[in-house]
Amino acid sequence: MKYSKLLPAIFTITLLPIAAIAAEDEKIWNNVLKPEYYAQQAIEESDNVIELEAPVRAEDPALVPVKVTSKIKQTKEHYIKRILVLVDNNPFPFVGDFEFTPESGKADIAMRIRVNSNSNIRAIAQTNDGKLTMTKKFVKASGGCSAPIGANLDEAMARLGKMKFRLDGDVKVGEPTSVQLMISHPNITGMQMDQVTRFIKKAHFVKDVKVSFNGKPVFSAKTDIAISTDPNFRFYFVPEKVGELKAEATDTSCETPTKRDVCTKGDTYTETFKIQP
Amino acid sequence: MRVLLLFALSMVSVQTIAATALPVKEVAAGVYVHFGKHQFPDSKNHGEIANLGFIVGQKCVAVIDSGGNPEQGAALKQAVTETTQTPICYVVNTHVHPDHINGNSAFKAAGVKFVGHHKLARAMAARGSYYLDKAADQLGVKMSAADLIPPDIEVKDSLKLDLGGRTLTLKAHPAAHTDNDLSVYDEKTHTIWLSDLLFTEHVPTLDGSLKGWLSEIDKLEKQSFRYVIPGHGELVTDWPQSVQAQKHYLTLLQTEIRAAIKKGRHLEDAVQTVGYSEKNNWALFDEYHRKNVTTAFAELEWED
Repeated sequence: MKYSKLLPAIFTITLLPIAAIAAEDEKIWNNVLKPEYYAQQAIEESDNVIELEAPVRAEDPALVPVKVTSKIKQTKEHYIKRILVLVDNNPFPFVGDFEFTPESGKADIAMRIRVNSNSNIRAIAQTNDGKLTMTKKFVKASGGCSAPIGANLDEAMARLGKMKFRLDGDVKVGEPTSVQLMISHPNITGMQMDQVTRFIKKAHFVKDVKVSFNGKPVFSAKTDIAISTDPNFRFYFVPEKVGELKAEATDTSCETPTKRDVCTKGDTYTETFKIQP
Repeated sequence: MRVLLLFALSMVSVQTIAATALPVKEVAAGVYVHFGKHQFPDSKNHGEIANLGFIVGQKCVAVIDSGGNPEQGAALKQAVTETTQTPICYVVNTHVHPDHINGNSAFKAAGVKFVGHHKLARAMAARGSYYLDKAADQLGVKMSAADLIPPDIEVKDSLKLDLGGRTLTLKAHPAAHTDNDLSVYDEKTHTIWLSDLLFTEHVPTLDGSLKGWLSEIDKLEKQSFRYVIPGHGELVTDWPQSVQAQKHYLTLLQTEIRAAIKKGRHLEDAVQTVGYSEKNNWALFDEYHRKNVTTAFAELEWED
């Protein structure tokens, strides 16, 4: 078959507007994801509670930086309790379920995720009064030679379980302070082409992250294979005085990449970090 | 439905019709190269962008990389047939990227051994289904799992292939461009086929280890070669001069990313600021540079 005859057909495909793909994307949300996570619940679509930042094109499908910024203050009376992040067209759309408290100071969360193909990324915030607000961004998948897994698996395996806290700036007493938690973990998706090889690897990923300051929870997350190799989270806490940040990350192994019914509990890794305002 | 139909029609089908021979150039005695174009793989070029070729001995031919799709593989095979009567004994895959290995199935035959880095099969397994999806979506090429052929012979450190009257030395490199890079040295003509360990003109693409790649460059540039064949770019006859641009680019990434990390900058800031002084020096910079910064940043942030 000669390529030249096919060009008009290919041309048509290439010109399919992104809007059409995005509309298609709403089907997965409406038919699968919404019923699964928020059956019968009203969700307002707006940028008033949270906003989502993501690149227009996933330059590296293995490592797409996304950031959810909160628009409301975390007070004891009114705060964002939970933010769910989904990538509609990923083989396993669930990215993470992030929980915050008034002690978080600010319910912002930045992370790096895997994006397999053109897709909406959506974040749904739930405030303590139960109200749900959703925001989304369309991300184009990249082409070329990269794939949504890490570049150097052995390096990540060698460091498995190592964690680091990194402050982004000065510690501000009594004010929300941004901190980065780095977890070295290959976060293996388990998406393997078994026909090709004898290497059959189970999904092996960080499933729980809990961070406290002086024993009070400030951030916790349930995560999955859509989180990039070496999970990296940025969030806020409020240092009232000298104290200690403590992180606990627990991993798991599951038999298949897309089902979570047969999993075995993994290891828990901990890291502490002294805060000296 | 119409869209689906068009989509199906747009697939390039793999057929065993006699292919037109891929144009190749004899760059040294018995060393034939097809030079690819500096393009982003897409549905117009069907992923046919990389340098490919073969080396002819008295008993055997070794094919070095098989092409960006099975049809290009068939065209390369036809080029071998039209060049020599010597049979193909080996297909060497220099690394896992689709523009280098998607033609494998065209060479599958009794007596043909596939050769690759000992980590190649793992990379094929981990990326295979994604690459097949992308072949359909982005390259307009229909492929199946049967087209991805893992190596019959795995190279752990180095391996010599006797082609009859000439010996090739294959070397498995530590993580550099990818974590499964293999180079091929032909003693007879002092030619090294570096494949994607070397990019000239086309911006280097990082999918392994920045530090590892720089360290391999340090070792390679101390050796002398009469001819060097990059994965993307023209024949190199002035080694090590022609690796300097790539070395400069990768070193700049390392320096600027380390500085950014030290200043507490985040990945998403670094991709906007690091390395842009190199923009006009490379083809396809806009397509790959941010991905390079991303991969390098994720590696360097663990340094302590």
